[in-house]
Amino acid sequence: MSNWVEVGSLEEIPPLGARVVKNGDTDIAVFRNTKNEVFAVNDACPHRQGQLSQGIVHDKSVTCPLHNWKIDLTTGEAMGPDEGCTGHYKTRVEDGKVFLELK
Amino acid sequence: MKEKLVVIGNGMAGMRTVEELLKIAPEKYEITVFGAEPYGNYNRILLSPVLCGDKTIDEIMLNDLQWYADNNITLHKGVKVTAIDRKTCKVTGEDGTCAEYDRLLLATGSDSFIIPVPGHELPGVVGFRDIKNVDSMLTTARTRKRAVVIGGGLLGLEAANGLIKQGMDVTVVHLMDWLMERQMDEVSGEMLKNSLEAQGMKFLMKASTQEILGDGKVEKVKFADGSEIETDMVVMAVGIRPNIELAKQIGLHCERGIVVNDTLQTFDPKIYAIGECVQHRGQCYGLVAPLFEMAKVCANHLAKYGIGIYQGSVTSTKLKVTGIDLFSAGDFMGDETTDDIIVRDATRGIYKKVVVKDDKILGAVLYGDTIDGAWYFQLMREGTSIADIRDQLMFGQAHLGNSGHGGNVVAEMSDDTEICGCNGVCKGDVVNAITTHGLFTLDEVRAHTKASSSCGSCTGLVEQILESTLGSDYESPVAKPMCACTEHNHDYVRQAIKDQKLTRITDVFEKLNWKTEDGCAACRTSLNYYLISSWPKEAYDDPQSRFINERAHANIQKDGTYSVIPRMWGGMTTPKELRAIADVAEKFELDTVHVTGGQRIGLYGVKKHELPLIWKDLNAQGLVSGHAYGKALRTVKTCVGKAWCRFGTQDSTGLGIRLEQMSWGSWMPHKFKMAASGCPRNCAEATIKDFGVVCVDSGYELHIGGNGGIKVRATDLLKRVDTEEEVLEYSAAFIQLYREQARYLERTAPWIERVGFSYVQSSLEDDAQRKELAVRFYESQEVTQSQHDPWAQRATGGVDAHEFVPLKVVAG
Repeated sequence: MSNWVEVGSLEEIPPLGARVVKNGDTDIAVFRNTKNEVFAVNDACPHRQGQLSQGIVHDKSVTCPLHNWKIDLTTGEAMGPDEGCTGHYKTRVEDGKVFLELK
Repeated sequence: MKEKLVVIGNGMAGMRTVEELLKIAPEKYEITVFGAEPYGNYNRILLSPVLCGDKTIDEIMLNDLQWYADNNITLHKGVKVTAIDRKTCKVTGEDGTCAEYDRLLLATGSDSFIIPVPGHELPGVVGFRDIKNVDSMLTTARTRKRAVVIGGGLLGLEAANGLIKQGMDVTVVHLMDWLMERQMDEVSGEMLKNSLEAQGMKFLMKASTQEILGDGKVEKVKFADGSEIETDMVVMAVGIRPNIELAKQIGLHCERGIVVNDTLQTFDPKIYAIGECVQHRGQCYGLVAPLFEMAKVCANHLAKYGIGIYQGSVTSTKLKVTGIDLFSAGDFMGDETTDDIIVRDATRGIYKKVVVKDDKILGAVLYGDTIDGAWYFQLMREGTSIADIRDQLMFGQAHLGNSGHGGNVVAEMSDDTEICGCNGVCKGDVVNAITTHGLFTLDEVRAHTKASSSCGSCTGLVEQILESTLGSDYESPVAKPMCACTEHNHDYVRQAIKDQKLTRITDVFEKLNWKTEDGCAACRTSLNYYLISSWPKEAYDDPQSRFINERAHANIQKDGTYSVIPRMWGGMTTPKELRAIADVAEKFELDTVHVTGGQRIGLYGVKKHELPLIWKDLNAQGLVSGHAYGKALRTVKTCVGKAWCRFGTQDSTGLGIRLEQMSWGSWMPHKFKMAASGCPRNCAEATIKDFGVVCVDSGYELHIGGNGGIKVRATDLLKRVDTEEEVLEYSAAFIQLYREQARYLERTAPWIERVGFSYVQSSLEDDAQRKELAVRFYESQEVTQSQHDPWAQRATGGVDAHEFVPLKVVAG
């Protein structure tokens, strides 16, 4: 069963930046890029659980602030030779509002 | 419809170009590759270890057949191309296979040059060029005993070494007076010969081959002086010849190689050529490093991005023979206008010669101890003045007490020696990654192993491992691009920002043809610094292009909490400040309170949303940001000086406070630390700081470029001055010179070693220049918001409020 939740407006997320949505005990990092695409992944790098929401965003990826792993925001997968995956969520933007599909 | 690219030649140059092309324009072409050899692409430079029996063919494959399938590349292996029709743009192979092209890439490589003496076509005469040659040598070695290698150059000696390892009795025949005359001078050539003789290799010098004799197969080699030698095999290793037969046949302009311009285009604009078959600016190359530089440029033009030109390569040589260490680069012979600096130690088997002209290195030849080869080579390529280090040059880089490269011979390290202390990577891991993944560059090793990707202090060691694993084929690029997003290097980009008055990162991307839309974590942080330091009034300081610590004005810790370290001016504090820190620690339940190395107090384990609350409490008691999180001025360490100390000569504490008040909040290429000691006992450790003051009875000694971190470096003495005002002016000018000229993430120590201490000193001793530098620093301090407390702006000023609160809390 899908569970789409509005989490705020697009304007509240800086372009090439991220905000955190707290879902119970889980932190979800919600990203926005220069094309106003929105992505959401668990806010924990598969390497050492660095907060991806604090990283530098470029295109459809983010660089983790702890050890520079690059994570593909569309899948949550580590890029390059690194291996690992953090969970990702479906997103959509309607009338400037951001929705996440929570599990 | 995709355009069609046909590549003739399935070797390292061709496939490297295809790889580069797939990286930047994966959908542009439908790619077809013709290869005369019946294999995938293999690492030709590792044929020597295969011949020695150290590696198998499988181990030297770079792209197996699956790779071609995965990338939708049609590979016609074992098909020699016999015809190209330039009018209809069609390529035909000897078996009748046809392919049409929109763009054609010739990567036909080179062939062993076979001296056309009588008998050169007899069975048993082989070149040393491909898997087939190696197979044939190995087969002969199994049943036969004697081999003659014609050619005492790099290739010939590697072949001879391999055949000795296979149990053969090998004689090397060389026409010239000494071995490897294109890389070695007579002394080192002679030393090389002695070492090889000790390993069982025999030599016939100044011997001109006249004829190869035999009945149906090789039996003897006859020389010009009439002498003869019996043998079962002759390896011709006198050189390579660009393979230009096909190009000539279709009327492309060729001289020694296929002539190409700086974009690797031939005289037919639809046809590009790359690798050993080309001649660029009159030069043909037989090493792999230039190929890779060419491949990058060529791929860029095939992708029709049109950026980047190939300007030729400077190459260096190493020999892949166990137990022999030699290095050679540039003009190692010199002439009457040059100086030779020579160290020779016959007992240790060491010979080093560096050829110098006008305080610049023109070339070097090293034998027995090649650890500093890479360093000399770098000084040579960058044209660095060696005036300051001339007296120590021959003792090597480790002797300079510099930052960076260590002084170990990696070849002698065991596989379990730890190379990268940050990430726990051993030598064996690095070597393994290089050979199994076919890595050639520092960046590739970093990506695969993490070695050298954190603090960078092992970069020199990793480069040495690359060099010893790949032999002469490793070469660090002349000017390293900033990152994979651009072809341009740091200095070029910063100059463009100044010249074109660029004030936003997006402008830089546009004007300098960035390859990626948003850059990456490496270039965006660098660019943001170059923009705000070049145009403090005008540039937009982009928070999203700052590392989290500088965006949040606190230091992120491994568990995602932050540290808070307020400023203590000149290491001084008050009961009121200490009480404020204690109150905050209790109120927010911060258990870890640590006295830092920079004379202040750090609070750890702070949750991000509490940062503004803590800052507000601290601000209320007069405490401000210590910038312990930034590429910025950190601390000014002091001793109590003459106010208390019986040895103190000046008010070092007061001076430290003035220095800190002048410079706090300024952004720098990297962190920047200062200190002021009240007497030469130097309790504030001023001589390992970026800028240090040691007070003496008659005034102030100013020291620069120290570092107490990764590699300890003591400062250079800049100047002795009389007054505090002079100290402040010199300090401001030095900081500004560093801010304007060092590359992002370069500390003062490596910067000074790169540009030379005398350059920095003369810049600061010039009165007019010093005053201008200082004024630019004061202006930058005034106009940026840097002299305002960033904590106050966020605690009560409402700046970046979104940074510290969640977007939404959903009940779980």
